[in-house]
Amino acid sequence: MEVIPSLVDGIFQALMPINLGLCVVGVVVGLFVGAMPGLGSVNGVAILLPFTFVIQDLTGSATSPMIFLAAIYYGAMYGGAISSITLGIPGASTAVATTFDGRPLALQGKAELALVTAAIASFIGATVANVFFTAFAPPLASVALKFGNPEIFALMLLAFSTFIGLGGDDIPKTIISIALGLVLATVGFDIITGEPRLQFGDPLDLFPATADWIDTTGFSHGIRFLVLAIGVYGIGEMIWTINSTRGEVTMTEANVNFRSVMSAIKKFPQAWKGTTIGSFLGFFVGILPAAGATPGSLMSYGVTKMVSKDKDSYGKGNVNGVAAPEAANNSASTGAMLPMMTLGIPGSPTTAVLLAGMVIWGLQPGPLLFSEQPDFVWPLIGSFYVSNLVAVLVNLAFIPIFLWMLRMPFTILAPMIFVLSVIGTYAAYQNMFDVWLMLIFGIGAYLLRILDYPLAPAVLAIVLGPIAEPTMRQSLLLSDGSFAIFFNRPIAGPITVIAIILLFLPLAKVIWDKTRGKTSVA
Amino acid sequence: MRVAELVTAIVLALLSVYLMWKSGEGPSWDPTIARFDNIGFDETGAPGSGFWPFWLSLVMFFSSIWVMVNWWKRTSPPSQSDQPYMDGYSWKMMLLVGGGLFAFLGLIEWLGFYAGIFLFLVYYLRFLGRHTWRRTLLIAVLTPVFCFFFFDVAMRIVLPKGITEPLFLPLYDIFL
Amino acid sequence: MSYRKAIVATVAGLALGAVGVAQAWEPTKPVDFVIMAGKGGGADKMARLMQSIVEKEDLANRPLVPTNKSGGSGAEALVHMKSASDPDHTIMVTLNSFFTTPLRQPGLDVDIMQFAPVGRMAEDTFLLWVHKNEGINNFEEFLAEAEKRGSGWVMGGTGKNSEDNIITDHLNDAYGLSIKYIPYKGGGAVAKDLAGEQIDSSVNNPSEALGFYESGDVIPLVAFTDERLPMFPDVPTLKETGSDFSYFMQRSVVGAPGMSDEALEYYTGLFSKVYESGDWQEYKSSKSLMGDFMAGSDLTGYWDTQRSRHETILKASGAIK
Repeated sequence: MEVIPSLVDGIFQALMPINLGLCVVGVVVGLFVGAMPGLGSVNGVAILLPFTFVIQDLTGSATSPMIFLAAIYYGAMYGGAISSITLGIPGASTAVATTFDGRPLALQGKAELALVTAAIASFIGATVANVFFTAFAPPLASVALKFGNPEIFALMLLAFSTFIGLGGDDIPKTIISIALGLVLATVGFDIITGEPRLQFGDPLDLFPATADWIDTTGFSHGIRFLVLAIGVYGIGEMIWTINSTRGEVTMTEANVNFRSVMSAIKKFPQAWKGTTIGSFLGFFVGILPAAGATPGSLMSYGVTKMVSKDKDSYGKGNVNGVAAPEAANNSASTGAMLPMMTLGIPGSPTTAVLLAGMVIWGLQPGPLLFSEQPDFVWPLIGSFYVSNLVAVLVNLAFIPIFLWMLRMPFTILAPMIFVLSVIGTYAAYQNMFDVWLMLIFGIGAYLLRILDYPLAPAVLAIVLGPIAEPTMRQSLLLSDGSFAIFFNRPIAGPITVIAIILLFLPLAKVIWDKTRGKTSVA
Repeated sequence: MRVAELVTAIVLALLSVYLMWKSGEGPSWDPTIARFDNIGFDETGAPGSGFWPFWLSLVMFFSSIWVMVNWWKRTSPPSQSDQPYMDGYSWKMMLLVGGGLFAFLGLIEWLGFYAGIFLFLVYYLRFLGRHTWRRTLLIAVLTPVFCFFFFDVAMRIVLPKGITEPLFLPLYDIFL
Repeated sequence: MSYRKAIVATVAGLALGAVGVAQAWEPTKPVDFVIMAGKGGGADKMARLMQSIVEKEDLANRPLVPTNKSGGSGAEALVHMKSASDPDHTIMVTLNSFFTTPLRQPGLDVDIMQFAPVGRMAEDTFLLWVHKNEGINNFEEFLAEAEKRGSGWVMGGTGKNSEDNIITDHLNDAYGLSIKYIPYKGGGAVAKDLAGEQIDSSVNNPSEALGFYESGDVIPLVAFTDERLPMFPDVPTLKETGSDFSYFMQRSVVGAPGMSDEALEYYTGLFSKVYESGDWQEYKSSKSLMGDFMAGSDLTGYWDTQRSRHETILKASGAIK
């Protein structure tokens, strides 16, 4: 294998002025698009796709436009953490887990610590993934092919099980939250039977008179993740914050200067555990088609919390809780490039658009890409390393600007967040129906929030549900309805067993504690 | 808060019953298929379209009952609390902010995003935030202008303009 | 309104520097370019290619703004088109769900004949693919093996009652097979699961299976076209094997119902230029697409035939009454 010389050559190609320039521009664009709630890497990449045609004409190769789009993708992954931490709204599903600990840190006046941790963890995650990608791309692609529907479902089960402890102490309320999220995820259209379902307000509904009031075809595309997430975090949580603080939100004045950023960098080693788990787990979940970066970042958070000695500090501002999902989502997004390039299979919406781009530039992604198009592949891989370095530097340089946002008076910040939530929801789906739905969810989330209903599980459920449900039913179609299919396959079996053990571990613990408690009383 | 805890649990229980009922709905093109035909396994052995939402709604229903039991036994924190669910301040802010947001969306449907953002920001900054007119207008004008250039021009995401659309035609001519 | 007209006139005057009175219709604002499918699918790729060609060759004075409306197998897109507030600035890329979805969901109350026939850009083709490890080399061996395995033979395809499902049903009917059909969300996932041997066969479009075909993982057995495809000269058509059946996927651009004739003329002109561009022709031949450009009454006639054909097919399979 001549991987090393190819890679060095590729990095030099990526450092050519035009490519380096595209990297920098791409990263900055991506950072801002990613930091905007509602817009994520997929928007940035899709919108700038036609522009790449022009770049291709200028440079005469497909490499430069791809480097540009990959740089946007990287930038957006870094940017996602910024709105999660500073505004408390996850900009994209990949950054949901970052809010759990990033937001509390920001509220404690340690936003720069959270932002720096996110940036460095992202850098490490992406670097680990790049090394894996460079060294093992073709063999890993064949692993991804082994993941059929039963395996993906088992993986989703595992993702849920790592999250069971997330909800807090009230078990029935956590279950309600998960179940509601999973049911909402099925609204719209069932691909297995090709039938519409749970489309509220159609003529068969309870109140036929209301049928004409609203255009319920808005439900036909389902209730999408961002609608719920922005409602919960951008509206519900904001109103809750206003009321619980009587409108006097005081953020501890963050001392932002070069020294404070440096000292935050020095504190980074505290987050080594989360970073390590995130980097590795994120990559391996990321390479599986259909999974993408979101389950990877959620599972990394869950696992990091699970193996931690100090579980209670999670959700209250533990740096590991920021590092794990951020390392994972960057690592997973590099991972998701792998099935896209080697199999022609998009692992996420963003890679789907990148794939469309490659086809437009006249490339055929697939098993032969590496051997037939080395002139394209290696400079692109080289650019991963370059963009990643550019992204971390740009991100660190911009941190003071993002912190400045936090120092705005709350009566300015709050309406800005509301406006961003509304525009962001519209921009994501170009649909006013979703914006109304977002607001209704937001108010509902506030009402439930007061009574200690945990809402994060619902948000996660709506992300994982649309992957879990069809894969479960496709598997059962395959097995004629026998659940044994989840146990007797070499990869799905062990994953399912581990998931079930993890699911019942907390329950067993509760029963154990109770019986022991009883005996000690007696 | 005790009352609210019970009321919410009842509302959620009713919601789950409604969701179960709705999950069982058959396809619209064939009224002969009975309700709840799709919640079990069909003849090929695979679960029907209502399987997943129906049984999860049932789980949700039982969990709501569980919440009510906890309310009765007074084991959950909200069911022990004597504090009001929402006090006067909360109600007021909820109505002012929530109502403002509903009005904001209504304005968007009518006057479009940019005029809507301007009016919402004026309302919030001046009347809720009690900022000076100078600061209010500065922010309320700059935000839509920035958004226009960011979304309509740079990102090519055309935000609806409602009845103010004709005003934007010359801008399209210049910037798009 | 007069204000609006005045602006339009000014715009046209400035842009063309023309002296004449009668100006051809041109869009005055960004065009809502609806895609009847999700991001990354075949229709999406094609729509984005069209948009890129328009931008690159600078064919339109206002941008086409793509929006994906994939909900309800195209139902969302159809309703969006039907209720478009400005039909002159609303166009859509369609596929065969344009025919099947209004039939399957009569509640939508959509009549496709009211849509403006802008242009048919291509017809996508279908082939039957199996994994090389099956050791099947031709269609006869496929029939023998599929018959032997009965419902143990698994076909993956995009969606229920969709194109792939229709072809599978035909194979089952015409050759007495009982292939089990598993619906997926997109053609890419089907191609991947075939390459990973999670399923036994697929009826992917060439563009979806090409990567695995070139690497030798999957083999085409038969084409569902009228004549052999130039790209796969050794693959027989289903007609050659004795079954009178061919099936294509339309790739058309339609305008919202109520579009003015001037606007329709403009868009037809625009997309015929896209069709003739080198990039489009190259894409068409490299992905083994067929079909010539078609517009106006030819296209509505084509829709009419296709709609009644799909109605017959769906009735036969029991998917509609």
